[in-house]
Amino acid sequence: MEQFFQQLTNGLAVGGIYALIALGYTMVYGVLKLINFAHGDLFTIGAYLGLTLLTSLGLADRLGPLGAVLLLAVMVMGLVAIIGAMLERIAYRPLRESPRLSAVVSALGASIFFQNAVMLIYGARFRVYPHDILPKIAVNIFGLQIPLIRILMLLTSVLLMVALYLFIQRTKIGTAIRAAAIDQGAARLMGIDVDKVIMIVFLIGPSLGGAAGLMVGLYYGQINFTMGWVYGLKAFTAAILGGIGNIPGAMVGGILLGVIEALGAAYISIAWKDAIAFCVLILILIVRPTGLLGERVAEKV
Amino acid sequence: MSLLQLDKVTKTFGGLKAVDNVSCTVERGSIVGLIGPNGAGKTTIFNLITGNYRPDQGDIRFEERSVIKLPTHLIVALGIARTFQTIRLFQKLSALENVLAGCHCRMHAGALAAMARLPFQRREERKALELALGELRFVGLGQQADQMAANLSYGNQRLLEIARALATQPRLIILDEPAGGMNDQETAALVELIRSIRDRGVTVLLIEHDMSLVMKVCEQIVVVEYGSKIAEGDPAAIKQNPRVIEAYLGTDEE
Amino acid sequence: MKTRRSLIYVLICGILVVLPVFLNAYWVDVLNNVGLYAILALSLNVILGYAGMFHMGHAAFYAIGAYTTAILNTTYHIPVLWLMPLSGLVAGFFALIVARPIIHLRGDYLLIVTIGMVEIVRIALINNVFGITGGANGIFGIARPEFFGFRIRQPHEFFYLIWAFMAVTIYLFHRLENSRFGRALTYLREDDVAAEGSGVNTAHYKLAAFVIGAFWAGMVGTLYAAKMTIIAPESFNFWESVVLFMIVLLGGSGSIPGVILGAFLVVGLPEIFREFATARMMIFGAAMVAMMIFRTEGILPPQPRKYPPVGELLADEAKP
Repeated sequence: MEQFFQQLTNGLAVGGIYALIALGYTMVYGVLKLINFAHGDLFTIGAYLGLTLLTSLGLADRLGPLGAVLLLAVMVMGLVAIIGAMLERIAYRPLRESPRLSAVVSALGASIFFQNAVMLIYGARFRVYPHDILPKIAVNIFGLQIPLIRILMLLTSVLLMVALYLFIQRTKIGTAIRAAAIDQGAARLMGIDVDKVIMIVFLIGPSLGGAAGLMVGLYYGQINFTMGWVYGLKAFTAAILGGIGNIPGAMVGGILLGVIEALGAAYISIAWKDAIAFCVLILILIVRPTGLLGERVAEKV
Repeated sequence: MSLLQLDKVTKTFGGLKAVDNVSCTVERGSIVGLIGPNGAGKTTIFNLITGNYRPDQGDIRFEERSVIKLPTHLIVALGIARTFQTIRLFQKLSALENVLAGCHCRMHAGALAAMARLPFQRREERKALELALGELRFVGLGQQADQMAANLSYGNQRLLEIARALATQPRLIILDEPAGGMNDQETAALVELIRSIRDRGVTVLLIEHDMSLVMKVCEQIVVVEYGSKIAEGDPAAIKQNPRVIEAYLGTDEE
Repeated sequence: MKTRRSLIYVLICGILVVLPVFLNAYWVDVLNNVGLYAILALSLNVILGYAGMFHMGHAAFYAIGAYTTAILNTTYHIPVLWLMPLSGLVAGFFALIVARPIIHLRGDYLLIVTIGMVEIVRIALINNVFGITGGANGIFGIARPEFFGFRIRQPHEFFYLIWAFMAVTIYLFHRLENSRFGRALTYLREDDVAAEGSGVNTAHYKLAAFVIGAFWAGMVGTLYAAKMTIIAPESFNFWESVVLFMIVLLGGSGSIPGVILGAFLVVGLPEIFREFATARMMIFGAAMVAMMIFRTEGILPPQPRKYPPVGELLADEAKP
C-alpha cells in the first residue's frame, strides 16, 4: 500500500508537469490547428534558463529557498514566453494560410533549431541543478513520508492550471481565445483581434512549458538538451488523450498519463513504461476517436 | 416495383428528430422533387439514402434491396449517385480527374495491375477516359476538361458534380440543390440537362429551393416540414395543398 | 518542355552511374544513405503524400523488415536478397494488422498513434520481445548480399544495388501514381467524403496505402541490414520517422522527384557542411523554417497528372 501511494503521488507530480506542457500544445492547437513541435524545446529552454539564472544570480543566498524559486519561476516564465511569441511571429505567422503540414514542418525545423542552439550553448552532456535549493525534507501525510518538493510541484501545477482556467473562463481575453478556437473567421467578424489572441496564446503556453522545465530541473536535478522531445511527446500524448484543443482535457490527460506511467512502471514493468502510455492512448482512441473530453462532432456532409 | 422505397424512416440527432417516420417512393424513370423549408430534414434524407447516415428506424430499399447497412461506396456501386449541397469537388484536380473519380467504381485494376501495366488495365484506363470526357461534354464542360475544378465558375462546379455522379453510371441520381448559385440562364439550361438525364434512363431525385424549377421539371413532389412528410403529389396538386401553403407562407394567426 | 524534362532525367541518371568512380568510399556511403532514405521516403510518400494520411511512424515498418532479415539470415542462413520480398511481406502484414483499427482516426490523432506505434515497436525490440531481437544490442553478423556468386561488400558495390532498387521503385511508383489506384489515393487526400460518395472504397484504399508503403519500407530494411551487417533498436527510433516525414514534405509531398531531392537535402546536405560541425544542425533547422515559408508546397510540388490531349482522343474515336 505504501508503495502504491508513493507511486501515485509521484505519478500525480509528473502528471502535473505533463499537464502544464500539454496545455501549451492544446491551446496552440485550439487557435491555429497546429501541432507546435517546438513546444517541447521551449520546455527545455525553460529548464536551462532556470539553471543559468539560479547559478549566476545567487538568488538563494539573498532571498531564501522559496523566495528564490518563486522569483526564478517568474523570470523563466517571462523569458520563455517572449521566445514563444517570437517563434510564432517568425516561424508560424507567415504560414497561417498555407497547407497545415507546411506549418508542421516549420515547427519541426524550429525544434531542431532550438535543440541544437541549446546544445551549442550548454553542451551535449547532462547538466546538474544545484541540489541545495529546496530543503530535502519529507512531509508526513496520513502516515506517508512524501518529499516536500513533490507536494510543492503538484501544488504549483494545480495552482497554475486553476489560474489559467479562471483566466480562460472569466476574462474578456479568455473569451476571445475560446471564440477564436471555435471559429476564427467569425471571431474576426465580431471584432476580435485574432492576431493578438494568437500572440497571447503563444505567451501563455510557452510560459507554462517553461515553468514545467524549471520544475523538472528542480525535481530530478539534472537536465539534457534532448529532454524536450521526450517530455514533449508525452505531453502531446496527454493533450490528445484528453481531446486536443480542449483545455480541461489537457489537464485530465496529463495527470492521467503521469499516474498510468508511474503505476505501470511499478506494477507491470519498468522497461515497458513508455510503451504502456502509448498502448493506453491507442486503446482509448480506438474507443473514443476524439479523446476523453473531445467533442464528438457528427461529420458534416 | 418502384426504384427506391423509403419505409417509415426515422433519424434522430441527440433528441432532435431530423427525419420522422418518412415513407415515400421514387418510380423508375421519373423526376421527383423533395421540397420543404430550411432545416426540414431534406439533406438528412439524402444522407440516409446514400449511407452517410444510418437510420434509427425504418428501411430504405433500392431495387428491392435494403441499403441501410451498406457503406456509401457500395451504394454508389449499386447505382445511386449524388451531388452535394455544399459543393464537394476535388478542388485542386482537373475537371477530367474529378469525373474519373466517378468512373472508379466501374473499373477493376488494382495496384499490381497498375505496376505491371497489364493490357486490360490500359484498355480500362482508355475507356474510362473516353467515358469521363463524354460525361463532361454531356453537361457542357467539354472545353474545360483540363481546368482545375477550383477555377470553374460556381454554376460550372455544380455541373461538374453532376458529371462526376453520372460517370458512376447510376440508375438513380440524387441532386442536392443543383441550381444553388446559378443565374437564370444557367438554371434554364439545368432544366434541360435534368430532362436529358432522365431521357438517358436515369431516375432523378432532387432537392431545390427554386420553386419555378421544381414545378417545371418535377413530375412528383414530396414536401417535408420538421422532418415529417406533409404532402406528396404532382406539381398542380402540391400548389393547391393547404398544408404546403401554410408551411411556406405561414398562417394568418401568426 | 516534355523533352527537356526527360533530357534532364537522362542526364541525372548518367551522372549517377559514373559518380562512384570519382568519389571516395566515404562519399559513396553518403550517397548510399541518401538512396536508402530516398526509397524509404518514396514508400512513405504513398501514405503521406498520395493519400494524405499523417503517418509519423514509418520507421516501425522499416525496423520490422530489417529485423525479419536479420533474424532469418542469422538463424537459418537464408540468402539476404531472397529475404527482401519476405521482409516486405512481414512488414506489410504488420501494417495490415495495426493500421486496420486506426485508419479512421483523423489528422493529428493518426499522427500521435503512429508515433506511439513506432515507439512501442522500438521498446519491444529493446526488451528482446519473443527472445529473438537481441535486446538493446541488436543483432550482428548479418550476411552480405550475393548476386550470382558475386558478393556485395564495398560501398560502391552497394551503391549500384541501392540505386538500381531505387530505379525500380521510381518506375513502379510512377505507374502506380498514374493509375486508378493512384487517383483513388489522391481523391481521398483531397476530400474523403466526396471520394466515398463517388464510389471509392476509402477504408480499403487507406489500408492498401499503408500496406504498400510498409511492404516497400520492409524491403529497404533488408538492404539496410545487409549494408550494416549489424542492426540495433536505436536505428529505428521516432527521430528516423520524423526525418522521413520531413523529407517528403520538404521535397514536395506526392512528387517523386521532389521526395528524392528532399532526401538529398535532408540527408546529404548536413554531410557537405560537416566542417561547420556543431552549428550545422542549428542552421539546418532555421533553413527548414525559411524553406517552408518561401515554398510552402515543398521544393518540387507534384505536377498534375498527364492525360492524352482531348483532341487526340477524339481523333482516335474517329478511327475505325
